[in-house]
Amino acid sequence: MHGSSQQIVHHHAPPTGFIRKYVFSLDHKVIGEQYYALALVAVYIGLVLSWIMRIHLAWPNAAIPGLQFLSKTGAPGGLLTPEYYLQLMTMHGTIMVFFVLTTAPFAGFGNYFLPIQVGAEDMPFPHINMMSFWVTFVAFCVAVAAFFVPQGPPLSGWTAYAPLSALGAVAGPGQGTGQVLWAVSIGIFCIGQLLGSLNFISTTLDMRCKGMSLMRLPITVWAWFITSCIGLTAFAVLMPACILLILDHIAGTSFFIPSGLVVNDQLQPHAGGSTLLWQHLFWFFGHPEVYIAIVPAMGVVSHVLITSMRRPLLSHRVIIYSMIAIGFLSYMVYGHHMFLSGMNPFSSIAFSFPTLAITVPATIIVLIWIGSLYGSKLRINTASLFALGFISMFVSGGISGFFLAQPSIDIMLHATYFVVGHFHLVMAVAALFGIFAGTYFWFGKVTGRMMNETLGKIHFWVTFVGAYCIFMPFHYLGMAGNVRRYQAFVDDFMGPLMPVHKFITIAALITGAAQLVFLYNLIHSRFWGKPAPQNPWEGTSLEWTIPSPPPFDNFGGKIPVVYHDPYQYGIEASTGDFVMQDSPESINSVRDES
Amino acid sequence: MATTVQPPEIKSPYAPGRPSGQDDGWGGIPPCTGDRVSLDDSSPASRTGVWVGLAAITMTFAAFTSAMVIRQGASNDWRHFSLPRLLFLDTLVLVASSIVLEIARKRFAAFDRGLQARRSVPLLWMSSVLVLGLVFLAGQYAAWMQLRAQGLYLATNPSSSFFYLFTGLHGLHIVGGLAGLTLVIWRLSKRVPTLRLSTVSTVSYYWHFMDLLWIYLLLLLWMRV
Repeated sequence: MHGSSQQIVHHHAPPTGFIRKYVFSLDHKVIGEQYYALALVAVYIGLVLSWIMRIHLAWPNAAIPGLQFLSKTGAPGGLLTPEYYLQLMTMHGTIMVFFVLTTAPFAGFGNYFLPIQVGAEDMPFPHINMMSFWVTFVAFCVAVAAFFVPQGPPLSGWTAYAPLSALGAVAGPGQGTGQVLWAVSIGIFCIGQLLGSLNFISTTLDMRCKGMSLMRLPITVWAWFITSCIGLTAFAVLMPACILLILDHIAGTSFFIPSGLVVNDQLQPHAGGSTLLWQHLFWFFGHPEVYIAIVPAMGVVSHVLITSMRRPLLSHRVIIYSMIAIGFLSYMVYGHHMFLSGMNPFSSIAFSFPTLAITVPATIIVLIWIGSLYGSKLRINTASLFALGFISMFVSGGISGFFLAQPSIDIMLHATYFVVGHFHLVMAVAALFGIFAGTYFWFGKVTGRMMNETLGKIHFWVTFVGAYCIFMPFHYLGMAGNVRRYQAFVDDFMGPLMPVHKFITIAALITGAAQLVFLYNLIHSRFWGKPAPQNPWEGTSLEWTIPSPPPFDNFGGKIPVVYHDPYQYGIEASTGDFVMQDSPESINSVRDES
Repeated sequence: MATTVQPPEIKSPYAPGRPSGQDDGWGGIPPCTGDRVSLDDSSPASRTGVWVGLAAITMTFAAFTSAMVIRQGASNDWRHFSLPRLLFLDTLVLVASSIVLEIARKRFAAFDRGLQARRSVPLLWMSSVLVLGLVFLAGQYAAWMQLRAQGLYLATNPSSSFFYLFTGLHGLHIVGGLAGLTLVIWRLSKRVPTLRLSTVSTVSYYWHFMDLLWIYLLLLLWMRV
């Protein structure tokens, strides 16, 4: 370690037994790895579900061998029923949004690196931190349990729109027990995320080491902090919505079910509920959720890019302020999901304006990245490639958002594949690229071994090209009138679009296969990878001042003292073209903004 | 511009007399705690933690409130009923518990500073808060029974649904507060007390907040149901 530091006494002793060390661990690093492992399991389940859906869309009459073992009634002889297609689609969305896109970039990376990057030996409430993971784990088990109840998982989509989601078994397969399990799972998940946010905010505000002013925090820390603030408010609203939904199911209340509703020829014994109420509560969470997924990825991408191009961003402050603006505006735009819900048209205009306004800070961030990249000597490695890929996906997906933000155009494009293509690019694939960038970048620090770069680059190029091959045609399909959430398009006017669907499916199978290369690389490198040095990328932030993997208490019984901005690159120092944050070395630079 | 900046030694507003890190101009948020010797509940983190938790609880009840307002306006099936008078009496019990808790906190602070020799004094006051909390919960349960006797159940009408929902969830939070108070009493009553003043403060912030939340809920229910 470079700078002077002070002796500390760790507030919980190193664990000795296997259970306390690896299962019910209080160590933020182990908890971060647990979150990442959970996301890894979840993402491959989600991937297989998407494969099944894509194969069925391209060849609706083809039986998928073995699928009957998942559900005898949902896939008799391996052939998907329309209802089971919707059930798999619901679980794909739920697992991916909650247990991958929220879990990995925020809870996974954040738990591992936030305390280290602020110079703390742990989070202030380690027991709450441990609880947050295990609560999330229980939520995941409850969600997956829906596959194994008699009628299977719910079919109402990850948005669980009422009244379909609130009626019970009469509304279709999985709408009884499956939907209740879904609501219970998401409710529990909210508790886990609230507990996590509590720790993240306290760590960022109160656990910073000496010299670590707010503007000296790396962008990643800012991203996790802002995401915590967003999550604190968003999940606190989704949880009540889930409680009300559960009560409509099991207690006979009528929060979301209107009166006089006839479903499957049966008059429903409910009165006066508001279906729009669910949408308001859900989307008040749902849109900030997009930023809960993307803002941590923005932080990771900035962190990786700066290290790879050996210069700080054009402005450290502006990118932080832009992320704060995104967090603030994210609550004011949620109504754009409801342009066609029947709400007042004036409300649509009111929600359209902030939706367009939120593109301003997002564009500023992109311009700062591109402006900083211009003329830089970028070190090409898998992490930096994925960071560049993130920018590409974010811009491509973001541009289609301009169209959808306008109510007049959204009337045509609503509930088509255009929307599916938009959110997959801007939220799902972009956030996944952020996760990949972070994984290739920090793997050496976490495990003490480097990932294989050749396999990593193969993974990148196939994923990059594949993602465009899958999701760009979605926009074309949407403009051609291809509605979403249909299980087959053979016999109707969308029949001529089938060749496009087949192309997308083949691209999805190949892109998915590339993720198996990633998995192989991850597991192989974990055990047989090249040993990782302490600072393989010549980074400056505090995680690079400690051994790989870090010791139990992060800084070896000491806490660092910080003297510099987080990104002092492109300078002349004794260590090369960079100076570590904890180095007391005097340097000349015009870029120190604090 | 030379950038090697020695962290200036300034006084932290949260720890008078102790050196702290660089002032970041963020309105008194403790900038750094590099001089800390241990991580425990006495750090400002426990204060931040409880406020963050209370913010989440506020948001949850705000969401329920908006759901109630929207649901009431959604159709004309809303039936008003009179709140059991017992609730108002119960409110006095909760307010009294907050006052007693403040006295308990002051007594414990005196004990902590060595001004008060006997710990039985703060212990008695703390236990009184616990008893008052239990009385409050019993009162809420009795109010539920009164409504039940009138034939008003959870699913009878949206007004009764929200009544049971608000009182039930608030009761659950009170149970959380009672758990905190039990922890405080347990730590104080050990042979060598391990209770910290900051823990008492954290629990008292939570308890007072539950007090205010109940008054808000009572007003809301009184006006709406």
